[in-house]
Amino acid sequence: MTIETLPHPRLLRCGDAAISVEFGDAIDPAVNARVLALDAALAAEPQPGLLETVPTYRSLLIHLDPLRTDVPALSERILTLSERPAAAGGKLRRWRVPVVYGGDFGMDLDDLAARHGISGEALVARHAAATYVVAMIGFMPGFAYLSGLDPSLATPRRLEPRMKTPAQSVSIGGAQGAISTVEGPSGWHMIGRTPARGFMPGRDPVFTYAPGDEIRFERIASDEWAGLDALAASGAPVARCEAP
Amino acid sequence: MSALIVKACGPATSIQDRGRFGYQRFGVSPAGAMDRFHLAAANLLVAAEPDAAALELGPGGVRVTAEGDITIALAGPACTLEVEGRQIAPFTAVRVTDGGTVVARPAPGAAYAYLGVEGGIAMASDMGSHSMHRRSGIGGGPLAAGARIPAHGGGATLYCLPELPGGETGPIRILPGPQDDHFSDEALAILTGAGYRLSGQADRMGVRLDGPTLPHRGGYNIVSDGIVDGSIQVPGDGRPIVLLRDRQTTGGYPKIATIISADIGRFAQIPPGEPVRFDVVTFEQAIEAAQRLQAMIEGLASALVPLAAPLTSERLLALNLIGGVTSATDARGV
Repeated sequence: MTIETLPHPRLLRCGDAAISVEFGDAIDPAVNARVLALDAALAAEPQPGLLETVPTYRSLLIHLDPLRTDVPALSERILTLSERPAAAGGKLRRWRVPVVYGGDFGMDLDDLAARHGISGEALVARHAAATYVVAMIGFMPGFAYLSGLDPSLATPRRLEPRMKTPAQSVSIGGAQGAISTVEGPSGWHMIGRTPARGFMPGRDPVFTYAPGDEIRFERIASDEWAGLDALAASGAPVARCEAP
Repeated sequence: MSALIVKACGPATSIQDRGRFGYQRFGVSPAGAMDRFHLAAANLLVAAEPDAAALELGPGGVRVTAEGDITIALAGPACTLEVEGRQIAPFTAVRVTDGGTVVARPAPGAAYAYLGVEGGIAMASDMGSHSMHRRSGIGGGPLAAGARIPAHGGGATLYCLPELPGGETGPIRILPGPQDDHFSDEALAILTGAGYRLSGQADRMGVRLDGPTLPHRGGYNIVSDGIVDGSIQVPGDGRPIVLLRDRQTTGGYPKIATIISADIGRFAQIPPGEPVRFDVVTFEQAIEAAQRLQAMIEGLASALVPLAAPLTSERLLALNLIGGVTSATDARGV
């Protein structure tokens, strides 16, 4: 149910306890930037009754306490904040994420390279050259969807999803990149694996990456895996956080 | 510290409180009690906060023994509680003596019941909540025989709830959206007009409905966006799925409507195979319903009545007064 009949952003009612602010209907980094900008603006300016927000590729879901929210006032504030330029976010974090590409760590790398008519080395170079943004986290705890994939690497998902893929896989699905956190089913193409834990219960912080963070991948050799994996398993940070 | 020791439990039994909030942006489901009204009732009877952690019992329920003397109470729309082989009315606190055996489960007509544990369950919380989320393992693994559930204690005075406020009856109320425009014009009329039944594919994450399919307008894939408790999503086969407390945080199917917050618990209590009807209400009606539910929960504390002659399992063994008691009102005379 559209509360305001504006083109975009559209405020969509999700029952009485949430509003979805929709900035578009496609996967588009510019749309996602507006979502993340509104998310940051709301975080900087607490609203009465607002419980938590969930940024996704093209919309921001706002969970509300229906008994403590003045929905018309909040809607108006959301529309005002949505007009702010998308580059307003000031707390950008940039992560350097170590990855072992190919082999047992990325079982689809060679097939994917062949499919695109390039060498495995060329695919790794293109993948590691890009700067990604965590567009959203969903599907599983800490599972990071990345925008910024080199368009020449976009690949439709596998026809038959695998029932099990390793935790911390670095993968490609359609025009999106991802870093997984726990073992699970996936139809995406596995090109590598990072020892860094994006989700670790009991560690502080439990989650490494947040929506809006920048990600760059750093190739490491397979013989570096064991040491970094042990370090990460102990709760030590393995992904490096750099200032932008 | 007194505790309950799990001897056997059904697969749908878990520890739940109000839920885990603030982590949905990291892909973590809030989980939480399916039916917050009956969670609150079970907790208040055992001197716990309304939103404290209790045992949520699905089909199969639970068999536990007391370690030390401990007060418990069972609440649900339909449920049965046996202490030392004798039936105890729901909505009535009972003190189980050390070693005493308790069997509790929802009864036909309801899906979930809540076993309140004296003062609330005293286990470590995980990311701010005790709620177990089965798919991610957050909040602990599934309950199994041997699990020890310690109690905060402090609830030796026994209460009952003889007069429960009259809850809502009638159709489950929905608000259209957020993607009602992704469906054909008649889809909402089909959803509200036709009779649906809950299928056997029902758990804490969601329930698939059996009934007429809902025709999409155009495709059935959308760019994944946020999901809420009560989202009615419709995959490509046109069969609606209602998402509940253990739902994923985001999803890629259009959502034709959303169950209002006040009716999630009522919907969750409908057992598989039973019919359900939906009715569109206005946003203002949804808010009024949320206020009424909140007032009902807040009113429970003042509806508590102390039991004149406390039920203890020792006394139960000595006296055979309780057999056959099945309603809260009957328990008043005990």
